[in-house]
Amino acid sequence: MTVEARQNGTRTASAGEIQTIVAARRLRRTRTVFIGVGRPSTAAILARMVHNPDLVLVYESGTIGAKPFRIPLSIGDGELAQTADAVVSVPEMFNYWIGPGRIDVAFLGAAQIDRHANLNSTVIGDYDHPKTRLPGAGGAPEIAASCGEVIVIARHAKRTFVEKLDFCTTVGHGDGPGARERLGFRGKGPTAVVTDLGVLEPDPQTKELVLTQTHPGTTVDEVKQQTGWELKVSGDIETTEPPTPEELDALRELLDR
Amino acid sequence: MQSAQMWLQAEPGRPRAPTGPPGREGALVAELMSLRDAVEGLVNDGDSVALEGFTHLIPFAAGHEVIRQGRRELELIRMTPDLIYDQMIGMGVARRLVFSYGGNPGVGGLHRFRDAIENDWPRPVEIEEHSHAGMANRYAAGAAHLPCAVMRGYVGTDLVSHTTVAPITCPFTGERLTAVPALRPDVAVVHAQEADRDGNVQLWGIPGVQKEAILASQRSLVTVERIVGELEPRPGGVTIPGWVIGAVAEAPGGSRPSYSLGITDRDNDFYKFWDKMSRDRERFIAWMSENVLQNDHATTT
Repeated sequence: MTVEARQNGTRTASAGEIQTIVAARRLRRTRTVFIGVGRPSTAAILARMVHNPDLVLVYESGTIGAKPFRIPLSIGDGELAQTADAVVSVPEMFNYWIGPGRIDVAFLGAAQIDRHANLNSTVIGDYDHPKTRLPGAGGAPEIAASCGEVIVIARHAKRTFVEKLDFCTTVGHGDGPGARERLGFRGKGPTAVVTDLGVLEPDPQTKELVLTQTHPGTTVDEVKQQTGWELKVSGDIETTEPPTPEELDALRELLDR
Repeated sequence: MQSAQMWLQAEPGRPRAPTGPPGREGALVAELMSLRDAVEGLVNDGDSVALEGFTHLIPFAAGHEVIRQGRRELELIRMTPDLIYDQMIGMGVARRLVFSYGGNPGVGGLHRFRDAIENDWPRPVEIEEHSHAGMANRYAAGAAHLPCAVMRGYVGTDLVSHTTVAPITCPFTGERLTAVPALRPDVAVVHAQEADRDGNVQLWGIPGVQKEAILASQRSLVTVERIVGELEPRPGGVTIPGWVIGAVAEAPGGSRPSYSLGITDRDNDFYKFWDKMSRDRERFIAWMSENVLQNDHATTT
Protein backbone atom coordinates (compact mmCIF):
# COMPACT_ATOMS: atom_id res chain seq x y z
CA MET A 1 0.00 0.00 0.00
CA THR A 2 1.25 3.46 -0.88
CA VAL A 3 1.60 6.33 1.61
CA GLU A 4 -1.09 8.15 -0.35
CA ALA A 5 -3.46 5.23 0.08
CA ARG A 6 -2.71 5.10 3.78
CA GLN A 7 -3.61 8.75 4.20
CA ASN A 8 -6.65 8.52 2.04
CA GLY A 9 -9.58 7.17 4.05
CA THR A 10 -11.71 6.56 0.96
CA ARG A 11 -9.53 3.82 -0.53
CA THR A 12 -11.50 0.72 -1.44
CA ALA A 13 -11.14 -2.73 -0.03
CA SER A 14 -10.90 -5.78 -2.28
CA ALA A 15 -13.65 -8.43 -2.21
CA GLY A 16 -11.31 -10.77 -0.34
CA GLU A 17 -10.51 -8.11 2.26
CA ILE A 18 -14.21 -7.44 2.82
CA GLN A 19 -14.84 -11.17 3.25
CA THR A 20 -12.12 -11.43 5.90
CA ILE A 21 -13.35 -8.31 7.70
CA VAL A 22 -16.98 -9.51 7.71
CA ALA A 23 -15.89 -12.89 9.09
CA ALA A 24 -13.88 -11.13 11.82
CA ARG A 25 -16.91 -9.04 12.83
CA ARG A 26 -18.84 -12.25 13.50
CA LEU A 27 -16.42 -12.95 16.37
CA ARG A 28 -17.10 -9.76 18.35
CA ARG A 29 -18.78 -11.57 21.22
CA THR A 30 -17.32 -15.05 20.75
CA ARG A 31 -15.28 -16.64 23.53
CA THR A 32 -13.62 -19.49 21.62
CA VAL A 33 -13.14 -20.02 17.90
CA PHE A 34 -11.85 -23.07 16.05
CA ILE A 35 -9.92 -22.25 12.89
CA GLY A 36 -7.98 -23.75 10.05
CA VAL A 37 -5.35 -21.90 8.03
CA GLY A 38 -6.00 -19.36 5.29
CA ARG A 39 -8.69 -16.72 5.40
CA PRO A 40 -10.40 -18.13 8.56
CA SER A 41 -7.14 -17.82 10.46
CA THR A 42 -6.56 -14.29 9.17
CA ALA A 43 -10.10 -13.31 10.17
CA ALA A 44 -9.71 -14.68 13.70
CA ILE A 45 -6.36 -12.94 14.24
CA LEU A 46 -7.91 -9.72 12.92
CA ALA A 47 -10.83 -10.13 15.33
CA ARG A 48 -8.36 -10.36 18.21
CA MET A 49 -6.65 -7.18 16.98
CA VAL A 50 -9.70 -4.94 16.50
CA HIS A 51 -12.84 -6.43 18.11
CA ASN A 52 -12.16 -9.00 20.77
CA PRO A 53 -8.68 -9.14 22.35
CA ASP A 54 -9.76 -11.99 24.66
CA LEU A 55 -10.84 -14.27 21.81
CA VAL A 56 -9.42 -17.77 22.33
CA LEU A 57 -8.01 -19.22 19.09
CA VAL A 58 -8.07 -23.00 18.88
CA TYR A 59 -6.22 -24.79 16.08
CA GLU A 60 -6.71 -28.44 15.15
CA SER A 61 -3.05 -29.14 15.79
CA GLY A 62 -3.77 -29.02 19.53
CA THR A 63 -2.96 -25.40 20.34
CA ILE A 64 -5.57 -23.77 22.58
CA GLY A 65 -5.34 -20.03 23.13
CA ALA A 66 -2.67 -19.43 20.48
CA LYS A 67 -1.68 -15.78 20.00
CA PRO A 68 0.06 -15.64 16.63
CA PHE A 69 1.62 -12.30 15.66
CA ARG A 70 1.94 -13.37 12.04
CA ILE A 71 -0.48 -15.36 9.93
CA PRO A 72 0.63 -19.00 10.17
CA LEU A 73 1.15 -20.97 6.95
CA SER A 74 0.17 -24.24 8.60
CA ILE A 75 -1.85 -25.12 11.69
CA GLY A 76 1.34 -26.64 13.05
CA ASP A 77 3.55 -23.54 12.89
CA GLY A 78 5.84 -23.26 15.90
CA GLU A 79 4.51 -19.85 16.92
CA LEU A 80 1.09 -21.36 17.65
CA ALA A 81 2.51 -23.87 20.13
CA GLN A 82 4.86 -21.32 21.70
CA THR A 83 2.11 -18.76 22.40
CA ALA A 84 -0.70 -21.17 23.36
CA ASP A 85 -2.29 -21.44 26.81
CA ALA A 86 -2.33 -25.20 26.39
CA VAL A 87 -1.02 -27.66 23.84
CA VAL A 88 -2.83 -30.99 23.71
CA SER A 89 -2.65 -34.24 21.74
CA VAL A 90 -4.97 -34.95 18.81
CA PRO A 91 -7.10 -37.52 20.69
CA GLU A 92 -7.49 -35.00 23.54
CA MET A 93 -8.40 -32.18 21.13
CA PHE A 94 -11.24 -34.16 19.58
CA ASN A 95 -12.45 -36.13 22.60
CA TYR A 96 -12.18 -33.57 25.40
CA TRP A 97 -12.48 -30.20 23.64
CA ILE A 98 -14.37 -30.45 20.34
CA GLY A 99 -16.66 -33.41 21.04
CA PRO A 100 -18.21 -32.01 24.25
CA GLY A 101 -18.97 -28.71 22.50
CA ARG A 102 -16.51 -26.53 24.41
CA ILE A 103 -15.76 -24.43 21.31
CA ASP A 104 -18.32 -21.71 20.48
CA VAL A 105 -17.67 -21.05 16.79
CA ALA A 106 -15.87 -23.03 14.10
CA PHE A 107 -14.76 -21.62 10.76
CA LEU A 108 -14.82 -24.19 7.96
CA GLY A 109 -14.11 -24.06 4.24
CA ALA A 110 -15.13 -26.45 1.46
CA ALA A 111 -14.74 -27.16 -2.25
CA GLN A 112 -18.52 -27.56 -2.59
CA ILE A 113 -21.49 -26.39 -0.51
CA ASP A 114 -25.19 -27.06 -1.11
CA ARG A 115 -28.36 -25.13 -0.20
CA HIS A 116 -28.46 -26.73 3.27
CA ALA A 117 -24.82 -25.85 3.93
CA ASN A 118 -23.59 -29.43 3.69
CA LEU A 119 -19.93 -29.51 2.64
CA ASN A 120 -17.69 -31.52 0.33
CA SER A 121 -13.94 -31.57 0.77
CA THR A 122 -13.34 -35.14 -0.42
CA VAL A 123 -13.71 -35.59 -4.21
CA ILE A 124 -15.02 -33.93 -7.34
CA GLY A 125 -16.58 -36.61 -9.52
CA ASP A 126 -17.07 -40.25 -8.62
CA TYR A 127 -15.45 -41.45 -5.40
CA ASP A 128 -13.77 -44.48 -6.95
CA HIS A 129 -12.67 -42.65 -10.10
CA PRO A 130 -12.45 -39.01 -9.06
CA LYS A 131 -11.95 -36.15 -11.46
CA THR A 132 -10.21 -34.31 -8.65
CA ARG A 133 -9.11 -35.92 -5.45
CA LEU A 134 -9.33 -33.34 -2.64
CA PRO A 135 -7.57 -33.59 0.74
CA GLY A 136 -10.50 -35.19 2.59
CA ALA A 137 -12.36 -34.73 5.83
CA GLY A 138 -9.71 -33.74 8.33
CA GLY A 139 -11.54 -32.64 11.46
CA ALA A 140 -14.57 -31.13 9.74
CA PRO A 141 -17.35 -33.72 10.29
CA GLU A 142 -17.03 -33.81 14.06
CA ILE A 143 -16.23 -30.09 14.33
CA ALA A 144 -19.45 -29.25 12.46
CA ALA A 145 -21.45 -31.72 14.56
CA SER A 146 -20.26 -30.50 17.94
CA CYS A 147 -19.04 -26.89 17.97
CA GLY A 148 -21.63 -24.32 19.10
CA GLU A 149 -22.05 -22.99 15.59
CA VAL A 150 -20.28 -23.09 12.23
CA ILE A 151 -19.40 -20.21 9.92
CA VAL A 152 -18.46 -21.33 6.42
CA ILE A 153 -15.93 -19.24 4.54
CA ALA A 154 -15.95 -19.81 0.78
CA ARG A 155 -15.30 -18.03 -2.49
CA HIS A 156 -18.59 -17.45 -4.23
CA ALA A 157 -18.61 -19.36 -7.51
CA LYS A 158 -21.03 -21.63 -9.32
CA ARG A 159 -18.70 -24.60 -9.12
CA THR A 160 -18.56 -24.21 -5.33
CA PHE A 161 -22.24 -23.38 -4.60
CA VAL A 162 -23.80 -26.46 -6.18
CA GLU A 163 -27.25 -28.01 -6.48
CA LYS A 164 -25.89 -31.39 -5.39
CA LEU A 165 -22.63 -32.32 -3.65
CA ASP A 166 -20.43 -34.94 -5.29
CA PHE A 167 -19.70 -36.26 -1.79
CA CYS A 168 -21.06 -35.23 1.60
CA THR A 169 -18.00 -34.91 3.82
CA THR A 170 -19.60 -32.74 6.49
CA VAL A 171 -23.24 -32.36 7.44
CA GLY A 172 -24.52 -28.81 7.76
CA HIS A 173 -28.31 -28.91 7.92
CA GLY A 174 -28.67 -32.30 6.18
CA ASP A 175 -31.92 -32.49 4.23
CA GLY A 176 -33.51 -29.63 6.14
CA PRO A 177 -35.49 -29.05 9.33
CA GLY A 178 -34.89 -31.58 12.11
CA ALA A 179 -32.00 -33.31 10.35
CA ARG A 180 -29.36 -32.35 12.92
CA GLU A 181 -31.57 -33.41 15.81
CA ARG A 182 -32.23 -36.79 14.17
CA LEU A 183 -28.50 -37.34 13.76
CA GLY A 184 -27.87 -36.49 17.43
CA PHE A 185 -25.74 -33.42 16.73
CA ARG A 186 -25.35 -31.00 19.60
CA GLY A 187 -24.20 -27.81 17.90
CA LYS A 188 -26.42 -25.44 15.94
CA GLY A 189 -24.60 -26.13 12.69
CA PRO A 190 -23.90 -23.48 10.05
CA THR A 191 -25.32 -20.07 11.01
CA ALA A 192 -23.68 -18.11 8.18
CA VAL A 193 -21.76 -18.54 4.95
CA VAL A 194 -19.44 -15.60 4.41
CA THR A 195 -18.32 -15.23 0.80
CA ASP A 196 -16.47 -12.60 -1.19
CA LEU A 197 -19.84 -11.39 -2.53
CA GLY A 198 -22.11 -11.47 0.50
CA VAL A 199 -23.51 -13.43 3.41
CA LEU A 200 -25.96 -16.35 3.31
CA GLU A 201 -27.84 -17.52 6.38
CA PRO A 202 -30.14 -20.50 6.88
CA ASP A 203 -33.84 -19.72 7.00
CA PRO A 204 -34.98 -20.60 10.55
CA GLN A 205 -37.88 -22.73 9.25
CA THR A 206 -36.56 -24.42 6.11
CA LYS A 207 -32.81 -24.36 6.95
CA GLU A 208 -32.18 -23.37 3.34
CA LEU A 209 -29.47 -20.76 2.80
CA VAL A 210 -30.88 -17.32 2.02
CA LEU A 211 -28.97 -14.26 0.86
CA THR A 212 -29.11 -11.76 3.75
CA GLN A 213 -26.26 -9.41 2.90
CA THR A 214 -24.41 -8.23 -0.19
CA HIS A 215 -21.01 -6.59 0.05
CA PRO A 216 -20.56 -3.01 -1.24
CA GLY A 217 -20.42 -2.94 -5.03
CA THR A 218 -22.11 -6.35 -5.46
CA THR A 219 -25.64 -6.77 -6.79
CA VAL A 220 -28.14 -9.48 -5.85
CA ASP A 221 -28.14 -10.64 -9.48
CA GLU A 222 -24.37 -11.14 -9.42
CA VAL A 223 -24.67 -13.35 -6.35
CA LYS A 224 -27.51 -15.33 -7.93
CA GLN A 225 -25.45 -15.86 -11.07
CA GLN A 226 -22.64 -17.34 -9.02
CA THR A 227 -24.92 -19.73 -7.13
CA GLY A 228 -25.76 -23.14 -8.61
CA TRP A 229 -29.29 -23.30 -7.23
CA GLU A 230 -32.24 -20.89 -7.28
CA LEU A 231 -30.99 -18.66 -4.46
CA LYS A 232 -33.65 -17.14 -2.23
CA VAL A 233 -33.18 -13.56 -1.10
CA SER A 234 -34.16 -12.29 2.33
CA GLY A 235 -36.89 -9.66 2.55
CA ASP A 236 -34.63 -7.55 4.79
CA ILE A 237 -31.46 -7.88 2.73
CA GLU A 238 -28.78 -5.42 3.75
CA THR A 239 -25.66 -3.99 2.21
CA THR A 240 -22.58 -4.86 4.24
CA GLU A 241 -21.27 -1.93 6.26
CA PRO A 242 -18.05 -0.98 4.44
CA PRO A 243 -14.76 -1.76 6.20
CA THR A 244 -13.74 0.99 8.59
CA PRO A 245 -10.27 2.53 8.13
CA GLU A 246 -9.31 0.85 11.41
CA GLU A 247 -10.35 -2.60 10.16
CA LEU A 248 -8.65 -2.17 6.81
CA ASP A 249 -5.43 -0.78 8.29
CA ALA A 250 -5.25 -3.60 10.82
CA LEU A 251 -5.85 -6.25 8.14
CA ARG A 252 -3.23 -4.82 5.79
CA GLU A 253 -0.74 -4.43 8.58
CA LEU A 254 -1.35 -8.05 9.58
CA LEU A 255 -0.84 -9.27 6.01
CA ASP A 256 2.41 -7.27 5.81
CA ARG A 257 3.93 -8.79 8.96
CA MET B 1 10.73 -60.46 38.87
CA GLN B 2 13.40 -58.65 36.92
CA SER B 3 16.43 -60.72 36.13
CA ALA B 4 19.87 -59.44 37.10
CA GLN B 5 20.83 -59.43 33.46
CA MET B 6 18.00 -57.07 32.63
CA TRP B 7 19.15 -54.59 35.24
CA LEU B 8 22.65 -54.76 33.86
CA GLN B 9 21.27 -53.98 30.44
CA ALA B 10 19.55 -50.92 31.83
CA GLU B 11 22.71 -49.50 33.37
CA PRO B 12 23.42 -46.15 31.73
CA GLY B 13 26.43 -45.94 29.51
CA ARG B 14 27.05 -49.67 29.55
CA PRO B 15 27.49 -51.05 26.07
CA ARG B 16 25.00 -53.75 25.36
CA ALA B 17 25.53 -56.82 23.25
CA PRO B 18 23.31 -57.17 20.20
CA THR B 19 20.11 -58.78 21.39
CA GLY B 20 18.29 -59.93 18.28
CA PRO B 21 15.69 -58.02 16.35
CA PRO B 22 14.93 -54.61 17.82
CA GLY B 23 11.58 -54.11 19.46
CA ARG B 24 11.36 -57.66 20.73
CA GLU B 25 9.37 -58.36 23.87
CA GLY B 26 11.03 -58.06 27.23
CA ALA B 27 13.83 -55.56 26.63
CA LEU B 28 14.15 -52.94 29.34
CA VAL B 29 15.80 -50.35 27.16
CA ALA B 30 15.47 -49.33 23.54
CA GLU B 31 18.29 -50.20 21.18
CA LEU B 32 20.39 -47.26 20.03
CA MET B 33 21.05 -47.93 16.39
CA SER B 34 21.96 -46.20 13.18
CA LEU B 35 18.97 -45.11 11.16
CA ARG B 36 19.94 -47.48 8.37
CA ASP B 37 20.17 -50.51 10.65
CA ALA B 38 16.98 -49.59 12.47
CA VAL B 39 14.92 -49.34 9.28
CA GLU B 40 16.50 -52.50 7.95
CA GLY B 41 15.67 -54.40 11.12
CA LEU B 42 12.19 -53.02 11.72
CA VAL B 43 10.46 -52.34 8.42
CA ASN B 44 9.71 -55.26 6.09
CA ASP B 45 8.08 -55.37 2.69
CA GLY B 46 4.30 -55.63 3.09
CA ASP B 47 4.23 -54.18 6.63
CA SER B 48 1.66 -51.72 7.87
CA VAL B 49 3.70 -48.70 8.88
CA ALA B 50 2.61 -45.54 10.69
CA LEU B 51 4.97 -42.58 10.39
CA GLU B 52 3.29 -40.09 12.71
CA GLY B 53 3.84 -36.47 13.70
CA PHE B 54 0.86 -34.11 13.38
CA THR B 55 2.12 -31.00 11.55
CA HIS B 56 5.26 -31.15 13.75
CA LEU B 57 8.11 -33.63 14.25
CA ILE B 58 7.36 -35.43 10.99
CA PRO B 59 9.92 -38.24 10.56
CA PHE B 60 11.24 -37.31 7.11
CA ALA B 61 14.72 -38.84 7.53
CA ALA B 62 13.23 -42.21 8.46
CA GLY B 63 10.77 -42.06 5.56
CA HIS B 64 13.65 -41.31 3.20
CA GLU B 65 15.58 -44.28 4.56
CA VAL B 66 12.56 -46.52 3.86
CA ILE B 67 12.54 -45.22 0.27
CA ARG B 68 16.32 -45.74 -0.11
CA GLN B 69 16.07 -49.32 1.13
CA GLY B 70 13.51 -49.98 -1.59
CA ARG B 71 10.68 -51.22 0.66
CA ARG B 72 7.57 -52.22 -1.29
CA GLU B 73 3.89 -53.07 -0.76
CA LEU B 74 3.62 -51.10 2.47
CA GLU B 75 0.34 -50.13 4.05
CA LEU B 76 1.07 -46.53 5.00
CA ILE B 77 -0.96 -45.12 7.88
CA ARG B 78 -0.90 -41.47 8.84
CA MET B 79 -3.51 -38.84 9.76
CA THR B 80 -1.99 -36.21 7.47
CA PRO B 81 0.05 -37.84 4.69
CA ASP B 82 1.90 -34.51 4.20
CA LEU B 83 4.96 -34.30 1.96
CA ILE B 84 6.60 -37.41 3.39
CA TYR B 85 3.85 -39.77 2.17
CA ASP B 86 3.56 -37.79 -1.05
CA GLN B 87 7.21 -38.72 -1.59
CA MET B 88 6.78 -42.34 -0.54
CA ILE B 89 3.64 -42.82 -2.66
CA GLY B 90 5.31 -41.17 -5.65
CA MET B 91 8.27 -43.55 -5.29
CA GLY B 92 5.97 -46.57 -5.40
CA VAL B 93 6.46 -47.68 -1.80
CA ALA B 94 2.75 -47.93 -0.89
CA ARG B 95 0.14 -50.57 -1.67
CA ARG B 96 -2.46 -48.98 0.58
CA LEU B 97 -2.97 -45.67 2.35
CA VAL B 98 -4.98 -45.03 5.54
CA PHE B 99 -5.44 -41.33 6.28
CA SER B 100 -7.74 -38.45 7.24
CA TYR B 101 -6.36 -35.35 5.49
CA GLY B 102 -4.25 -35.58 2.33
CA GLY B 103 -3.31 -31.96 1.75
CA ASN B 104 -0.23 -29.74 1.77
CA PRO B 105 -1.13 -27.71 4.89
CA GLY B 106 -1.85 -24.09 4.04
CA VAL B 107 -0.65 -24.54 0.46
CA GLY B 108 -3.02 -26.87 -1.41
CA GLY B 109 -3.14 -30.45 -2.60
CA LEU B 110 -0.59 -33.25 -2.64
CA HIS B 111 0.19 -33.94 -6.28
CA ARG B 112 1.79 -37.39 -5.98
CA PHE B 113 -1.07 -38.54 -3.72
CA ARG B 114 -3.58 -37.20 -6.27
CA ASP B 115 -1.76 -38.74 -9.22
CA ALA B 116 -1.78 -42.15 -7.51
CA ILE B 117 -5.51 -41.99 -6.73
CA GLU B 118 -6.65 -40.29 -9.93
CA ASN B 119 -4.31 -42.00 -12.43
CA ASP B 120 -2.78 -45.02 -10.64
CA TRP B 121 0.71 -43.51 -11.06
CA PRO B 122 3.25 -44.95 -10.39
CA ARG B 123 0.95 -47.74 -9.22
CA PRO B 124 -2.61 -48.11 -7.92
CA VAL B 125 -2.97 -47.30 -4.23
CA GLU B 126 -5.93 -48.59 -2.27
CA ILE B 127 -7.28 -46.01 0.20
CA GLU B 128 -9.14 -46.08 3.48
CA GLU B 129 -10.04 -42.65 4.75
CA HIS B 130 -11.42 -41.40 8.01
CA SER B 131 -11.98 -38.16 9.87
CA HIS B 132 -9.27 -36.86 12.22
CA ALA B 133 -11.44 -37.74 15.21
CA GLY B 134 -11.84 -41.26 13.85
CA MET B 135 -8.11 -41.77 13.25
CA ALA B 136 -7.20 -40.32 16.67
CA ASN B 137 -9.65 -42.69 18.34
CA ARG B 138 -8.40 -45.63 16.29
CA TYR B 139 -4.86 -44.99 17.54
CA ALA B 140 -6.07 -44.53 21.13
CA ALA B 141 -7.94 -47.87 20.96
CA GLY B 142 -4.81 -49.49 19.52
CA ALA B 143 -2.68 -48.08 22.34
CA ALA B 144 -5.16 -49.53 24.85
CA HIS B 145 -5.16 -52.88 23.00
CA LEU B 146 -8.92 -52.59 22.70
CA PRO B 147 -10.62 -53.86 19.53
CA CYS B 148 -12.39 -50.59 18.80
CA ALA B 149 -13.13 -47.10 20.03
CA VAL B 150 -16.54 -45.57 20.56
CA MET B 151 -17.22 -41.98 19.54
CA ARG B 152 -19.75 -39.52 18.21
CA GLY B 153 -19.00 -39.02 14.54
CA TYR B 154 -19.33 -39.88 10.84
CA VAL B 155 -23.15 -40.06 10.97
CA GLY B 156 -24.95 -38.45 8.06
CA THR B 157 -21.82 -38.26 5.90
CA ASP B 158 -20.90 -40.24 2.77
CA LEU B 159 -17.78 -41.42 4.62
CA VAL B 160 -19.92 -44.06 6.37
CA SER B 161 -20.39 -46.06 3.16
CA HIS B 162 -16.77 -45.66 2.05
CA THR B 163 -14.81 -46.60 5.14
CA THR B 164 -14.68 -48.98 8.10
CA VAL B 165 -17.05 -47.72 10.78
CA ALA B 166 -20.14 -49.24 12.36
CA PRO B 167 -23.03 -48.04 14.50
CA ILE B 168 -23.07 -49.17 18.12
CA THR B 169 -25.59 -48.59 20.89
CA CYS B 170 -24.51 -47.54 24.36
CA PRO B 171 -25.67 -50.33 26.71
CA PHE B 172 -26.26 -47.84 29.51
CA THR B 173 -28.06 -44.94 27.84
CA GLY B 174 -29.21 -46.38 24.53
CA GLU B 175 -27.45 -43.56 22.64
CA ARG B 176 -26.49 -44.43 19.08
CA LEU B 177 -22.75 -44.00 18.67
CA THR B 178 -20.08 -44.89 16.12
CA ALA B 179 -17.45 -47.60 16.56
CA VAL B 180 -14.11 -47.37 14.75
CA PRO B 181 -11.67 -50.29 14.58
CA ALA B 182 -8.40 -50.06 16.52
CA LEU B 183 -5.22 -49.38 14.58
CA ARG B 184 -2.47 -51.90 15.32
CA PRO B 185 0.31 -51.14 12.82
CA ASP B 186 3.27 -53.49 12.48
CA VAL B 187 5.63 -50.55 12.94
CA ALA B 188 5.36 -47.00 14.25
CA VAL B 189 8.00 -44.43 13.33
CA VAL B 190 8.12 -41.04 15.04
CA HIS B 191 10.62 -38.23 15.52
CA ALA B 192 11.39 -36.52 18.84
CA GLN B 193 13.76 -33.90 20.14
CA GLU B 194 15.76 -36.02 22.58
CA ALA B 195 16.52 -39.47 23.91
CA ASP B 196 18.86 -40.64 26.62
CA ARG B 197 21.22 -43.61 26.28
CA ASP B 198 18.56 -46.04 27.46
CA GLY B 199 16.29 -44.85 24.69
CA ASN B 200 13.89 -42.95 26.94
CA VAL B 201 12.42 -40.29 24.68
CA GLN B 202 11.11 -36.80 25.30
CA LEU B 203 9.24 -34.63 22.81
CA TRP B 204 7.64 -31.26 23.34
CA GLY B 205 5.51 -28.79 21.38
CA ILE B 206 2.54 -30.16 19.42
CA PRO B 207 2.36 -33.80 20.59
CA GLY B 208 0.04 -35.16 17.86
CA VAL B 209 -0.64 -38.89 18.17
CA GLN B 210 2.94 -40.10 18.45
CA LYS B 211 2.63 -41.69 21.87
CA GLU B 212 -0.56 -43.49 20.82
CA ALA B 213 1.08 -44.66 17.58
CA ILE B 214 4.03 -46.19 19.45
CA LEU B 215 1.83 -47.91 22.03
CA ALA B 216 -0.53 -49.20 19.30
CA SER B 217 2.22 -50.78 17.20
CA GLN B 218 4.00 -54.12 17.40
CA ARG B 219 7.40 -52.51 16.78
CA SER B 220 8.62 -48.94 16.91
CA LEU B 221 11.43 -46.64 15.89
CA VAL B 222 12.03 -43.16 17.27
CA THR B 223 14.48 -40.88 15.49
CA VAL B 224 15.79 -38.01 17.60
CA GLU B 225 17.56 -34.71 17.09
CA ARG B 226 20.11 -35.63 19.76
CA ILE B 227 21.07 -38.19 22.36
CA VAL B 228 21.62 -36.59 25.77
CA GLY B 229 23.09 -37.82 29.05
CA GLU B 230 19.92 -37.10 30.96
CA LEU B 231 16.45 -35.95 29.86
CA GLU B 232 15.63 -32.58 31.32
CA PRO B 233 11.84 -32.25 31.87
CA ARG B 234 10.26 -29.63 29.55
CA PRO B 235 6.96 -27.79 29.96
CA GLY B 236 4.34 -29.84 28.18
CA GLY B 237 6.92 -32.52 27.44
CA VAL B 238 5.79 -36.04 26.62
CA THR B 239 8.13 -38.72 27.94
CA ILE B 240 8.02 -42.21 26.50
CA PRO B 241 9.97 -44.87 28.42
CA GLY B 242 12.60 -46.70 26.42
CA TRP B 243 11.19 -50.10 27.34
CA VAL B 244 8.15 -49.60 25.09
CA ILE B 245 10.30 -48.45 22.17
CA GLY B 246 12.04 -50.87 19.84
CA ALA B 247 14.88 -48.72 18.55
CA VAL B 248 16.15 -45.18 18.80
CA ALA B 249 18.28 -43.64 16.07
CA GLU B 250 19.99 -40.27 16.13
CA ALA B 251 18.96 -38.21 13.10
CA PRO B 252 19.78 -34.51 13.54
CA GLY B 253 17.50 -32.39 11.34
CA GLY B 254 15.49 -35.56 10.75
CA SER B 255 12.13 -33.79 10.69
CA ARG B 256 13.05 -31.23 8.00
CA PRO B 257 11.21 -29.60 6.21
CA SER B 258 8.82 -30.12 9.13
CA TYR B 259 10.38 -29.04 12.41
CA SER B 260 11.41 -29.99 15.91
CA LEU B 261 10.25 -27.21 18.22
CA GLY B 262 13.15 -25.43 19.90
CA ILE B 263 15.74 -27.00 17.58
CA THR B 264 14.75 -26.53 13.94
CA ASP B 265 12.17 -24.30 12.20
CA ARG B 266 9.43 -25.35 9.79
CA ASP B 267 10.63 -24.66 6.24
CA ASN B 268 7.45 -23.07 4.90
CA ASP B 269 9.20 -22.13 1.66
CA PHE B 270 9.93 -25.78 1.00
CA TYR B 271 6.24 -26.66 1.36
CA LYS B 272 5.47 -23.99 -1.27
CA PHE B 273 8.32 -25.19 -3.50
CA TRP B 274 6.99 -28.77 -3.26
CA ASP B 275 3.59 -27.64 -4.52
CA LYS B 276 5.15 -26.33 -7.74
CA MET B 277 7.85 -28.89 -8.31
CA SER B 278 5.94 -32.08 -7.52
CA ARG B 279 3.21 -31.47 -10.11
CA ASP B 280 5.50 -32.88 -12.78
CA ARG B 281 6.37 -36.59 -12.62
CA GLU B 282 9.80 -36.24 -14.19
CA ARG B 283 10.86 -33.30 -12.04
CA PHE B 284 9.65 -35.22 -8.99
CA ILE B 285 11.70 -38.31 -9.88
CA ALA B 286 14.77 -36.18 -10.60
CA TRP B 287 14.41 -34.35 -7.30
CA MET B 288 13.97 -37.56 -5.30
CA SER B 289 16.91 -39.15 -7.06
CA GLU B 290 19.21 -36.26 -6.31
CA ASN B 291 18.03 -35.41 -2.81
CA VAL B 292 16.94 -38.72 -1.33
CA LEU B 293 18.26 -41.73 -3.24
CA GLN B 294 21.79 -40.38 -3.61
CA ASN B 295 21.95 -38.67 -0.26
CA ASP B 296 22.41 -40.70 2.87
CA HIS B 297 21.75 -37.75 5.14
CA ALA B 298 18.93 -36.35 3.10
CA THR B 299 16.79 -34.01 5.09
CA THR B 300 15.45 -32.35 1.96
CA THR B 301 16.20 -28.64 2.31
